[in-house]
Amino acid sequence: MSEPTFAGFAEVATTSAEPTARPDEPTDGSTRHDIDGSATGPPGGEPGQPVPPLGGGGALPRRRRWSLETAFRGLTSGAGLAVLAIIVAIAVFLIVKAIPALNANHANFLTFKNWFPGDNPPVFGIAALAFGTVVTSFIALLIAVPIAICIALCLTHYAPPRVGSVLGFAIDILAAVPSIVYGLWGRDYLVQPVSGLSAWLHTYFGWIPIFGSDGPYGKSIMLGSIVLSIMILPILTALIREVFAQTPTMNEEAALALGATKWEMIRTAVLPFGRPGIIAATILGLGRALGETMALALTLGSTFTISADLLGNGGNTIAANIANNFGEADQIGRGALIASGLVLFAITLVVNVSARAIIYRRREFQVSAA
Amino acid sequence: MSATTLTPGSTNLLARRLPRWAPYAIAVVSAMIAYLVIYVAGQLRGGIAMTVVAAVVVFLILLGLTSRVVEGPRAARNRIATTTIYAAFALAALPLIYLVKTLIGNGLDRFDATFFNNSMRDITPFDSGGGAYHAIFGTLEQAGIATLITVPLGVACAIYIVEYGKGRLASIIRFFVDVMTGIPSIVAGLFILAFWVAIVSPIFNDGRPGFSGFAAALALSVLMLPTITRASEEMLRLVPVALREGAYALGIPKWKTIVKIVLPTAGAGIVTGIMLAIARACGETAPVLLVAGGTDSINRNPFQGNQESLATFVYDQARLATKFGAPRAWTAALTLVIIVLALTIAAKLLARRSKLR
Repeated sequence: MSEPTFAGFAEVATTSAEPTARPDEPTDGSTRHDIDGSATGPPGGEPGQPVPPLGGGGALPRRRRWSLETAFRGLTSGAGLAVLAIIVAIAVFLIVKAIPALNANHANFLTFKNWFPGDNPPVFGIAALAFGTVVTSFIALLIAVPIAICIALCLTHYAPPRVGSVLGFAIDILAAVPSIVYGLWGRDYLVQPVSGLSAWLHTYFGWIPIFGSDGPYGKSIMLGSIVLSIMILPILTALIREVFAQTPTMNEEAALALGATKWEMIRTAVLPFGRPGIIAATILGLGRALGETMALALTLGSTFTISADLLGNGGNTIAANIANNFGEADQIGRGALIASGLVLFAITLVVNVSARAIIYRRREFQVSAA
Repeated sequence: MSATTLTPGSTNLLARRLPRWAPYAIAVVSAMIAYLVIYVAGQLRGGIAMTVVAAVVVFLILLGLTSRVVEGPRAARNRIATTTIYAAFALAALPLIYLVKTLIGNGLDRFDATFFNNSMRDITPFDSGGGAYHAIFGTLEQAGIATLITVPLGVACAIYIVEYGKGRLASIIRFFVDVMTGIPSIVAGLFILAFWVAIVSPIFNDGRPGFSGFAAALALSVLMLPTITRASEEMLRLVPVALREGAYALGIPKWKTIVKIVLPTAGAGIVTGIMLAIARACGETAPVLLVAGGTDSINRNPFQGNQESLATFVYDQARLATKFGAPRAWTAALTLVIIVLALTIAAKLLARRSKLR
């Protein structure tokens, strides 16, 4: 059934069952009458209007200005507007609390690299933090997205259906593991393997600046990005798997019937169909990676440097910096952290809005809220 | 039309294929090559992980070459793609299995009665005892209050979007609910810090900003609201139109139709969404860290005084410099994961029983 028909029907049903008072509504006579036939008229209706004869629907209950229907409608509308109010409130309150600290700041907030809000005069800037945030998220996606696509293909098109659904269930569950657990694990158990990997990369690819550091290797951007990629992998996989599962069987079978190998079928039918979905999932994953706090607070070196090197100790992000410095921060320090949070909010808002815009343009995908 | 010369091989309708044992033989050969290169020749700095990676790479090259010679380029590409996909799957599964193994192995160290019946009050970093009773209590209380706030609001918002909303406003709200799912948890924490802790709570607290469990619950609500709204919205859309029309035809007002017919039909699905949102909220660390303050003692009052949660307990203990912090952190992490997974699995199982879909 098409939507307009239903809406229209619902309107009629509502009006006849328990009419709501809406003065601007076109009146049809039937709802204007009391049981005894006297014209009540809508509130604000012109007096002296000729009374229509008593007819069908004359026995309907009196139109009420206030009813449970209006109350319920108002309640739900209020809840809907609350969402908009919260988003606006987030921006407003963060700005209000950030302004005093930004006024006290004696450095350029956007270009200064260090973070000394406790100094006199306070100097802090988010250049290094924003750089670290973007770099860790970017590397994490670079690692996670191709793997997630492969796993999603494996689950939907390669593994036996029963195995695929069980493993898909397992991945959905892993997506729920809290990030603090990934952080703890990364800090206690991944430092060694990642140091080994770093040393290996430096030995063979040390001529590339990003692998330039010759150690010691510990809490580095590399470690943080790898933990982050492992963490967002289940979410990305779950999103992409859903997109691949929606590929029209007709297209797949047509490709196979034309003699395509399995890979050719995937390349010609599954991947093109899934491309917008993959892009949307990637951007959603990016939003999550940008805002990730605890895993990175435990695995990055908390330094304020901007360098192309990924392997050496160091690295920091906006969110990790907030978590690590909040405890010791004074009034100005908290304001400074809130100001950095405002920047993070703005970045993630842009990222999320663009992801949603892509999804909304291609409505055949129902990428569920992660 | 050009004269086609048929070679004896191509008169067979079936293309030439590698025998079934060929991939296994190639796998053995590539493992041997990797072993020789890394352990005997001592190249590439060695190590088990390096050997496995090298073996996979050699396997891909050999399989591709053999298949190309015997079966042709298309089949070769197909085989390489298949191997890559399975290899990527294994690559991703390994760290996740390792995570589960370390979590259970370390978590069971302190998984005892002391841990679940004691707080950290009067336990110095150099004591081995102590427990997470206060943190578990805090987590459950904060998530509970957040649920009480969010469920009516989220479901009402979904009802507005599906049933009442018309035109631009409804689609704007729907869009921003989606956008809100992506708000970082730490930003939600900062928002409640700026709004509740710094501005509103001094009114009830003699002018001093007060950290509290309730503030944490508010921050969790900001994170739960979009999740619950989206899940409820999707479920409400699945309710058949015929059910609504039947109710309208009987003269039932719209609000009563929604409350008595639409919501119960979508009930199981909505509850699933709520449970997933609670599971996610239980694991959130950053917002609680910012607005609940954290404490070592049991505080059952959500409106007064600092509160701990399991996630912040993990963070606090993990940052202790002594050897007693880590076991407590791991056990708390295991407890947290058990709570979260129990909720998630229950939600997924409930979703399978849903009448819709």
